[in-house]
Amino acid sequence: MPDTLRVNPIQCTGHGVCAELLPELIAVDEWGYPIVDPRPVPPALDRDARRAVAACPALALRLVRS
Amino acid sequence: MTAAVNDYQPAPGGAARPPAGLPRLLPAAPEDLRAHLARYGPAPYRGRPGALIPDIEASGLTGRGGAAFPVYRKLAAVAGARHSRTVAVANGAESEPASRKDELLLRLAPNLVLDGLQLAAEAVGATEAHLYLNETPGPEVLRALAGRSSRGLDRLRVTITQAPPRFLAGQETALVNRLGGGPALPTFQPPRVNERGLGGAPTLVQNAETLAHLALIARYGPRWFRAVGTGAEPGSMLVTIHPPDAKTQVREVEIGTPLRTVLSAEADTQAWLVGGYHGTWMPVPDAAGVTLDNASLARFGAAAGAGVLAALPSGRCGLIETARVTAYLAAESAGQCGPCLNGLPRIAAGLAELAGPGHRRQTVADLERWAGLVEGRGACHHPDGTVRFVRSALTTFAPEIARHARGQCPATNRRPFLPLPAGRPTREEDWT
Repeated sequence: MPDTLRVNPIQCTGHGVCAELLPELIAVDEWGYPIVDPRPVPPALDRDARRAVAACPALALRLVRS
Repeated sequence: MTAAVNDYQPAPGGAARPPAGLPRLLPAAPEDLRAHLARYGPAPYRGRPGALIPDIEASGLTGRGGAAFPVYRKLAAVAGARHSRTVAVANGAESEPASRKDELLLRLAPNLVLDGLQLAAEAVGATEAHLYLNETPGPEVLRALAGRSSRGLDRLRVTITQAPPRFLAGQETALVNRLGGGPALPTFQPPRVNERGLGGAPTLVQNAETLAHLALIARYGPRWFRAVGTGAEPGSMLVTIHPPDAKTQVREVEIGTPLRTVLSAEADTQAWLVGGYHGTWMPVPDAAGVTLDNASLARFGAAAGAGVLAALPSGRCGLIETARVTAYLAAESAGQCGPCLNGLPRIAAGLAELAGPGHRRQTVADLERWAGLVEGRGACHHPDGTVRFVRSALTTFAPEIARHARGQCPATNRRPFLPLPAGRPTREEDWT
């Protein structure tokens, strides 16, 4: 079952770590907040997605079952 | 649709005939408990949790607080949750400054709302009942609660909590936070309050008007409820109308009523605002053919919301009005989510620029980009609703934007038209 990335926008403080680790699926807007690809994470990016989730300093990024 | 549909059976204690036609909810003068009991009899409790839900499902009742969510689905979700505590809340916060219908309903027919709260509480097996209001409760509500309590009519004691005067105070998660003693700030979902709300208990939140409809369906049945309205959107709804002369009225109308018959002042109207400050501006030609139901309104990207309708008179400037309201909406951001916190003030500033004489060439494009950047990126729907309102202004008032660019404003009257709370701005931190 593929997972989808989800940001808790209240917790997110716009560090931008996620977009650096996973530019394939996460961009930042002009204020530094992540714009996340809503589609399921492709298997090839699964490891990078997990790293981005683990690296978020605000614990705002999660992988959820889609 | 479920089979077990109880149609109208007179309540023991002698409820009168069901009202034919409208109004269903609003008596001409405040109705105290004695008059309420004479007209309706006591609340027809069903004796067990869940029993009322098939009737509510068959009625097609949807929430009248703005989201038009099917009421039976919330009831079923809360009734089905396994928890030692369950909470039912009547939401009378009516935090949209242009909406006055719940306030009037609670003054004229408080017992209908309170019947609905008790019946909904029974339906979900609630162990607590709450009433959430935007100001100190009026004498009608207090007298109704006292009378019901002394006669032993209420199964659950009702706790009143006051909402802070903030636009988002009535949002479900903000409401639950306030009831729990915290600030009325939205939280990120899931979990939904249906599953985990006040103190972790499954929590039913229904708008005050919704509960009044529910109290009548419990008495007269779903078929009676469906006698007005459309097949897909049955029943009536309360609307708050701001006509060109700015004399605000609250009326009960059949869902599906042609918008132009709700108010006969078209000659002086240059545009309609449908659905309040998270709603949609509509040019008069669009509005002329539309009916007040979400199926019809959706064709113009609009929705009835909590029933706020405003007819912007000729001689006013739609851009000035939109800029004023957008500045208010930006100040009402809870400031918790980056895109809303950053985007709404920029959007408000862009609109203020459009409403003034001349504007930079890129301002409209900036507004469209910022709208796209905030939409769908908040924990609550505040950015989405604000963007809907702003985008509709950019299309509806496109001719005015061009005139303003040349330094001309069509307004002959610059007094504010759309109502905003007095005494702005609220202190940013004031959410309790």
